[in-house]
Amino acid sequence: MTMAEPLAAEFWQGCAQGELRYRRCEGCGATQFPPRPFCTRCGGATRWAVSRGLGTVYAVTRVERAPTPDFAALAPYDILLVDLDEGFRMMAQGAPGLGIGERVRIAFHRQGERALPRFDRHGEDA
Amino acid sequence: MAWITGVGDTAFGRLEGETALSLMARAAGAALAEAGLERKEVDGLICGYSGTLPHLMLATVFAEYFGLAPRYAHAVQAGGATGAAMAMLGQRLVDAGECRHLLIVAGDNRLTGQGRDSAVAMLAQVGERDYEVPFGPTIPAYYALVASRYMHVHGLGEADLAEFAVLMRRHAALHPGAQFKDAITVAEVLASRPIATPLKLLDCCPVSDGAAALVVSAAPGETRLRIAGAAQLHRHQHVSAAADLADFGLADCAGRARAEAGIGVEQVDLLALYDSFTITLLILLEETGFAPRGQAAALARAGVFARDGRWPLNTHGGLLSFGHSGVAGGLAHLVEAARQLAGRAGARQLRQPETAFVHGDGGVLSAHVSLVLRRE
Repeated sequence: MTMAEPLAAEFWQGCAQGELRYRRCEGCGATQFPPRPFCTRCGGATRWAVSRGLGTVYAVTRVERAPTPDFAALAPYDILLVDLDEGFRMMAQGAPGLGIGERVRIAFHRQGERALPRFDRHGEDA
Repeated sequence: MAWITGVGDTAFGRLEGETALSLMARAAGAALAEAGLERKEVDGLICGYSGTLPHLMLATVFAEYFGLAPRYAHAVQAGGATGAAMAMLGQRLVDAGECRHLLIVAGDNRLTGQGRDSAVAMLAQVGERDYEVPFGPTIPAYYALVASRYMHVHGLGEADLAEFAVLMRRHAALHPGAQFKDAITVAEVLASRPIATPLKLLDCCPVSDGAAALVVSAAPGETRLRIAGAAQLHRHQHVSAAADLADFGLADCAGRARAEAGIGVEQVDLLALYDSFTITLLILLEETGFAPRGQAAALARAGVFARDGRWPLNTHGGLLSFGHSGVAGGLAHLVEAARQLAGRAGARQLRQPETAFVHGDGGVLSAHVSLVLRRE
């Protein structure tokens, strides 16, 4: 698997270890996601931090028409934008039927070579 | 000042036996004929990009193919905003004295030469490769995320989006070159195959073959059609990086274009807005000043964007029904606006419109170009 950004490899290694990693600016303290070595707000250096993996659904869609044959085998599947409590937004798959505003918690599911982040409803799924 | 002196296009849809270059040549030939120009008079050339002919230097490839020797030539890439971006660049180049007759052209045989599956896979790569693409999104899914937020914030439903699919189809019925002309109903849109909820098949533009072109000149043609204002805005590329899916900041972009033209929304007679999906139209109408937030569908139901309404919208049928052939799809909005202002829209002709507002959107409401066209 080739990666465009060196930090992306470390992000996905985190997923494989059950960790949602993001970056935080050492200067202004802003969260930086997707991970970059610099802060897009102030230009300062960033360092890794680990999210608690709790957030709120910001937007949601159920993909019925998949982009590739690999994904077609999994369709339909839900894709979310989630606002993590630490203050960054990310895309991930979600458990079926989640709605905007619902509280969610991250889990990691093996899919091909990756451990793919997926959000489940928080509080009633244990 | 920069003037549109000729426009040209092909029909959109399934055009067998064509290539990107052959389609571009057809549209370019038609535009030059309308402008009354010979090839040797063209001193500037701006091309879009092609899905079936990815090339580092498409403009010079086309110049050689078509028989041009311009002093200025290159391609432009701004996704769906490319057509409007090329027109803005043409305006700036002519205003700067760099070109006297600049040809803008785009074409693609995306449907016959590439196919839907390949186009869907290619377009999905517009997503962020490390943090979006691994989750299996598509272009419709990106816009569906936007639509889910829009419907949540404004308390609206899928029928509100569907209104615009019906409207675009009604407008396309009058264009001889449109890909889809059979009337559809809101119920049929709602019953069409789900693609990425809340978007169904009829909320999404098709994949088409086709081409469009226009000539921007330093002196007015007989139609006296001027590119009177232009502005851009670029705040994000990927949907997950957009700060607020309920406010893309387009009021600023549209306002700057109208300010350059010295007009407000009251002076606008005709709208030509990028409509990759139904949701795109609701957001563009509201953010560029032609509907209050959350009210675009209500205004559509009241007839505001119909041919006999206050602001006729995409009278050729838009990407949704006229068709979407990549860069040419966005350029077709400009061709239609120019034809309406020139009084050359045939059966679709509106009553003497003088001013058109045009807006192109690339990516996921990422790259924006607003234009004002005026008949002087």
